[in-house]
Order: sequence, then structure tokens, then C-alpha cells
Amino acid sequence: MVGYILLIISAVLVNNFVLARFLGICPFLGVSKKVETALGMGMAVIFVMTMASVITWVIQYYVLVPFHIEYLQTVSFILVIATLVQFVEMVIQKTSPALYQALGIYLPLITTNCAVLGVALLNMQYMYSFMEAAVFGFGSSVGFTFAIVLFAGMRERIELARIPRSLRGVPIALITAGILSLAFMGFRGLVK
Amino acid sequence: MATGVIIAVIALGGLGFLASIGLSLASRFFGVKVDPRVTKVREVLPGANCGACGFAGCDAFAKAVVEGKADVAGCVVGGPSVAEKIGEILGKKAEAKERMVARVRCQGTVDKSPYRFDYYGVESCKSSLVISEGRKACTYGCEGFGDCVAACMFDAIHMGEGGVPVVDEDKCTACGKCVAACPKNIIILEPVSSRVTVRCSSHDIGKVVRRLCTIGCIACGLCAKRCPSQAITLVDNLPVWDYEKCINCGICAYVCPTKAIKDDRKEIPKAFISDACTGCGECVKVCPVKNCITGEQGKPHKINEETCIGCGLCVDVCPVKAIELKKPVSVEA
Repeated sequence: MVGYILLIISAVLVNNFVLARFLGICPFLGVSKKVETALGMGMAVIFVMTMASVITWVIQYYVLVPFHIEYLQTVSFILVIATLVQFVEMVIQKTSPALYQALGIYLPLITTNCAVLGVALLNMQYMYSFMEAAVFGFGSSVGFTFAIVLFAGMRERIELARIPRSLRGVPIALITAGILSLAFMGFRGLVK
Repeated sequence: MATGVIIAVIALGGLGFLASIGLSLASRFFGVKVDPRVTKVREVLPGANCGACGFAGCDAFAKAVVEGKADVAGCVVGGPSVAEKIGEILGKKAEAKERMVARVRCQGTVDKSPYRFDYYGVESCKSSLVISEGRKACTYGCEGFGDCVAACMFDAIHMGEGGVPVVDEDKCTACGKCVAACPKNIIILEPVSSRVTVRCSSHDIGKVVRRLCTIGCIACGLCAKRCPSQAITLVDNLPVWDYEKCINCGICAYVCPTKAIKDDRKEIPKAFISDACTGCGECVKVCPVKNCITGEQGKPHKINEETCIGCGLCVDVCPVKAIELKKPVSVEA
């Protein structure tokens, strides 16, 4: 049990996907203008990443390994992720059209969010057990949500600040992301 | 080798098949049925989600149009061309509407109406207004932080030199975002064909305006008095236009002592007198410009092309129809 908790802490804070591994930068910059949409995006990613971890683990150990076709790992994982994203898209369009509109192109783009594929591949690389993979997937996606919501909050404040003309918009966002990433380095050594 | 290929195909194909079954099941429960006409209407809309139609974005408008709750020509941004396309899809006819544009009713750049203090804080007109009613000398004048510029989704309004925004009328779609964004209500929507209008929002009396701004309306009422079509009335120290009556003659702009009325005609026509002139002198009487029409009684008169403002008053009064307005004399603005 303690192991799982440590795994979550490590995934959320120490090895944060966005701020320490630099995966999933596209939605991190694209959908972080408002806290509300950032949170919606985060929820969608939590669902997709956790489910992807679970399903890809099953595929890896019950399909790919027994048939010795591990080289199909990337293709089959992408297939799973794409299906999940389609499913999430359907659910969001049905339940919250406003969020569906706000997320726009970034929703189908979760398919190509490297954090999602990254978590599936890392699960296999670290030889996690089924439960460990599920917990790691969940923790990582919570870390992603945590980072994007934090960042969106900062960007909302920055909107109102007096910023040099040449730094307005994306440049200041990139600088902020860099400083945020530096701040997260403070968690290094918290676990292991 | 061959078996490896077959296994790979079967494994991936099987996974894909399972996934597709899952998705088709999911679409049963979560699928959203959309009227195909809504999608079609949505495709011809500009997609800016500006809300000028009164609905929450283009999707909501498309739905409302199909359901008959919104006018076919309700999208001001798309204009007549979009209205026509929507009409085709729904089999309805669109009524033509005059195109509107946003106009900034303030010309008080910093050199004409200075700032009263240096403002350091959130770069927004709304927040600078909190401090002593804003930094502008004139309480009705433009603050110049560009809340309107930030609100525009069509890149049609930009901050000009001297801190008063300039509207690009070709790009402006009259969505009304800037009108709503301006905390001083300086921006209004006017018909694009009305080229000569007042560009001042001050309701102050003349004495006060004179002290605060050199290009503000001092409510002298000359424009209303001299308007040949009675299109102008003075209300609360500002001239108010009747756009239907206005003939864009430009006399009001010519007589305005502070140039608060802007003559924005793209090409100013000039009057010319032909040989048929009998020299009756009727035109001289109506011409609002001093020494523009000259000539002795009984002899053919002449019009000074330089000073003629192209109002066309002389054309109407000439008893022998000897005067005509010639259009294509372009002026450099």
C-alpha cells in the first residue's frame, strides 16, 4: 500500500510528466488559458491515461508477449488510445457541449498527446504489475492535470499584468512554464 | 516468417475489431443526433463565435436558424453572402440589410486632449477608470488602453497614434464586441454609407469642452442649422444623426468650428458648370463655401474645384440644369 502511495507522489510531483519529463507540452500550452477548460482537459486526460494504462497492460501481457509480436507495441497502443479518445469525445459532447466546444481541436489531439503513449510505454519499460501500472497511469495523469491547472491559474493572472510588448502571449507563457519546471525540481529526492 | 505476418495481422485486426464494437456500442448510448441542416448552416457561418447574433456562438445560432427561432440574415458578421447561403440551405429568402460598421466617437489624441496623470497598473480602460474617472482630461474621451482592440476578433480595430483606436472598416463586421468592451461607450455602430458623422461623445457644454479638448464638439449647433436635409438635431449637447435623411453632403463637417464632425467620404465629388449657365446667381446663394462659386451677374459662373466640398446644393437649385456633380475625383485621405 505504501508503495502505491509513493508511486502516486512520485508520478504527481517528482517525475511530473509535463514539468520533469517534458511530455504532453502541446495541450499544456494550448488549453491553459482558462482554469475551467484546463480542468476539463485534465479530467479527460485522467480518464484516457488511466484506462490506457490498464488496457495496454492487458494487451501487452496477454496478446503481444504470448504471440511474440512485441514489435507491434506502438501501433496497438495507439489504437487503444485512439479508441479511448473517441469514446471520451462522445461522452463529453453528450454531457457537456460547452466543454466540448472549449476544448475544440485539443480533445481529439489527446490521441497524439505523447504523455498518454509515454505512460503506456513506461509501464512496460519499468515492468510494472497490473495494479502498479494502473496506479502509475492514474498518478501521472493527476500530475498532468495538476500542472496544467496550476499553469492556467498563472496565465490568468499574467493576462492582467504589465508585460513588455515583445514578451506578450506565448513567450511569457514559455518563460512561466520554464520557471514552474524549475520550481518542481525542488521535489527531487522526495521519493527515492 | 509467413506465420509471423499472419499472427500480426490477426492480432491487430482483432484489436481493431474489438475497439470498433466498443465504439459502436458507446455511440448507441452517448451518440448525439444532429439535424444535418444544422451542420450545413454551421459550415457556412464565419465561426468566430462572437455572439453578435444574440446567441451563444455559431453552433447555437445555426441550431436556432434551423428551428426557425432566428432570422436567416441574423449573422451580421457574415453579411448578405452568408444570409443567402443559409437561405439556400433552408429554402428561405433573406432580406437585405444595410452593412454597419463600428465608429470611434472620439478624436481626442494626446496632443488634443492630454492625460491628467501617469497611470501605472492593470493595462485596461476599465481599471484605469476606477482612479479619478480615468486619466483622460475629457471625461467622455478615450482612455487609450485598447479594451476594444483586445475584444475585436477580426483584427479590425487598432490603437492609433496618440491613443485613440482606428477602425478598419473593410474588416469590421459590426459584431458589437468593441461597443460592449468600451467602458466609456465611445464606440457606436453606424451604417457604412453614412460617411460624415460626429466623432465626439462629450455631453459637456461648449465652455468645458473647449478647455479639455481642441477637437471636441462644443454643441454650437451650426451643423444642425446648416444641414440641408434636417438630418441633424442637437440632443444633450451632441448632434444626433438621422441616417436615413442624411445625404452625405459634407456641409456639417465644413461648418464645424472644431472639426469634431469628420468628413470620411471615400471620394468627394466636385461640381462643374457647363456653358448653359445663365449667370442667375442662385447657386452662389446656396453654396455653403465662401468664394467657391464666382462670376458676375448675367455671365457664366465658375466653381473653384479646390474648395468645392461636393455637397450638390447648387445642382438642385440651378434653374437651367447647368451644374452637375462629377464623381471620380479621388482624394488622398
